[in-house]
Amino acid sequence: MEQQNTATAHHVLPLSLYFTVAGVLFVLTGITVAISFVHFGEFNIIVAMLIATVKASLVALYFMHLKYDNKLFMAVFLSSLIFLGLFLTLTMTDTMHRGDIDPIKEHPIKKEAVFYNK
Amino acid sequence: MEHAEKKPSYLQHHFADMEQQTDAAKLGMWVFLVTEVLLFGGLFGFYTFYRAWYPEMFMEAHKYLDVAMGTTNTFVLITSSLTMALAIRAMQLGKKKQTIAYLAGTLFFAGVFLVIKYFEYSHKIELGMLPGKLYFFDGIQAANPHIFFSVYFTMTGLHGIHVLIGMIIIGWVMVRTMRDDFSPEYYNPIELTGLYWHLVDLIWIFLFPLLYLIG
Repeated sequence: MEQQNTATAHHVLPLSLYFTVAGVLFVLTGITVAISFVHFGEFNIIVAMLIATVKASLVALYFMHLKYDNKLFMAVFLSSLIFLGLFLTLTMTDTMHRGDIDPIKEHPIKKEAVFYNK
Repeated sequence: MEHAEKKPSYLQHHFADMEQQTDAAKLGMWVFLVTEVLLFGGLFGFYTFYRAWYPEMFMEAHKYLDVAMGTTNTFVLITSSLTMALAIRAMQLGKKKQTIAYLAGTLFFAGVFLVIKYFEYSHKIELGMLPGKLYFFDGIQAANPHIFFSVYFTMTGLHGIHVLIGMIIIGWVMVRTMRDDFSPEYYNPIELTGLYWHLVDLIWIFLFPLLYLIG
């Protein structure tokens, strides 16, 4: 079998790239933990999500080979994130504005639901 | 006809060549991963809406999660992702023994992840930090703390089930590697397992700061 030929047909990435990516992921994990002990108020969640997004992108681009593979896969994957964003945003237009027009009449649905006022 | 006879056994007859077959398989896997994102998306919504409604409760309740264990598990899962990626690389180069070793490493780290998760869970179950009406812990002052633990257990629980399923699949491709099913020309199952495993890692990358590192 022509192993050498076909092996080079794939994108065999250098070992150093994998270790660098893993190293950066480790460092970013350390940073996100360290930052969580400093209180920026609203900014904490933004910074944490930014770091998580960078980490996720590194995993997707290098470990999952999205950077080197057929770009159709990236389009498919990104479409899921677009729909996820749509789902969360549209639902929040409801959940964040309940009671704006009509007052909420809070009452337990079932008797056991009294527990929820604990 | 001559052309058809030259086709290797792992190339299905309805594909023109290996590249087409590999791309079709990967596309199928990515479509599956999209459904996974949306499955977890519902739970991320659960988290988002309730955190927006009860920010103080989330702030107080999350302090009962063990940051040291969560951080350790993040490192463990990233390492398992690295070994998974290296297993595929080894097979691309035709190094069977290395592939098996890296897959075994991935299995080991996946196991460590679940063991740590077990210690976290048993501690919470003991103290009554449980979802919904099972909740009986007294230490949290804010209202509705059981909702936080409903979020915690459903999200990490579904993720844990994914780790478990991942271990079964990794074990299966490991056995197939030992059986000489794969070569640098054909290692699709390992690569697709890798995609699944990295997604499990990807979801944890978001779960970890959202649950353990609030404020």
